[in-house]
Amino acid sequence: MKPSTLRTLVLLTALLIGVGFALVFFYASNEADQGFIQKIFYLHVPLAIVALGGFVLGGIHAIRHLRSGDPVHDARSYVSIHASVIFGVAVLVTGAIWAKGSWGKWWVWDEPTLVSFLIVFLLYCTYYPLRYAIEDRDRQARYASVFAITAGAFVPLNFMAVRAAESLVHPRTFGTVEGGMPGDMWLTFLVCFAGIALLWVTLVSFELTAKRTSGQLSRLRRALDDGGHGGGPGVARRIAPSGAGSR
Amino acid sequence: MPALPLDEAGKYVAAAYVVFVVLLVVYIGIMAAKLSRISREIEEIAELAEQRRAEEQEPEPEEVRS
Repeated sequence: MKPSTLRTLVLLTALLIGVGFALVFFYASNEADQGFIQKIFYLHVPLAIVALGGFVLGGIHAIRHLRSGDPVHDARSYVSIHASVIFGVAVLVTGAIWAKGSWGKWWVWDEPTLVSFLIVFLLYCTYYPLRYAIEDRDRQARYASVFAITAGAFVPLNFMAVRAAESLVHPRTFGTVEGGMPGDMWLTFLVCFAGIALLWVTLVSFELTAKRTSGQLSRLRRALDDGGHGGGPGVARRIAPSGAGSR
Repeated sequence: MPALPLDEAGKYVAAAYVVFVVLLVVYIGIMAAKLSRISREIEEIAELAEQRRAEEQEPEPEEVRS
């Protein structure tokens, strides 16, 4: 991605998140039942949706990797999952804070929405040891792709199972029989959601650009080491041992 | 549970948004460290390439004599 495109993405993300947070505190009305603490909703729910969407997208990139064998799709799958795991941490922490304020407990183990998200999060935490336990790069990419597809398919199934389950305390915000959210809350939610989604895209773009540059540097280093002087360990090899920049 | 009063709820709302900002700042910090490492490596490789070019342009002593 071009630096100018990245810069535009960063500015747009900052603008959308800024406008979104301003709407949260100065425009959206307080929810009648929960009061001011419901403002966490505009952060927590978009983060959760984007994280789960990112996991599914990681699976889609993994399918493309297995079909084409192109390592670019593997890198996209890895970076999508990586960014989503970070968003997952934010979801768990903001959710725990909201739970403490609303329910008086940091965590409720018999709540399907919470526990299912934790299971998905922990499942994706095992992606890293699985990936880096394999030394051969091709095999590593293939196994990671299989994992990403399997886990990615589990995400919507898990979501549907939770929706079908009887919830005890976690609210159902969208499409409830009570009518859902009023207009000002919807608008605020949509702006926040767009901002958080764009933040995910920006972080993924940065990470991919850094990975691509690292790869190009490694190739350049190899070319310099092999070129002309042959023999002993070149200076380039000394400044960056093999494997650096591969992660 | 009844809704918390504003002064009580405010702490939780602030904590949630602060956690988000802190995570973002940490991530940006890690990215900045990665980018500075890449830029340092680029400088070192550029120096190495210039050194190689200088060595290639320098004529061998035998060639000069003949």
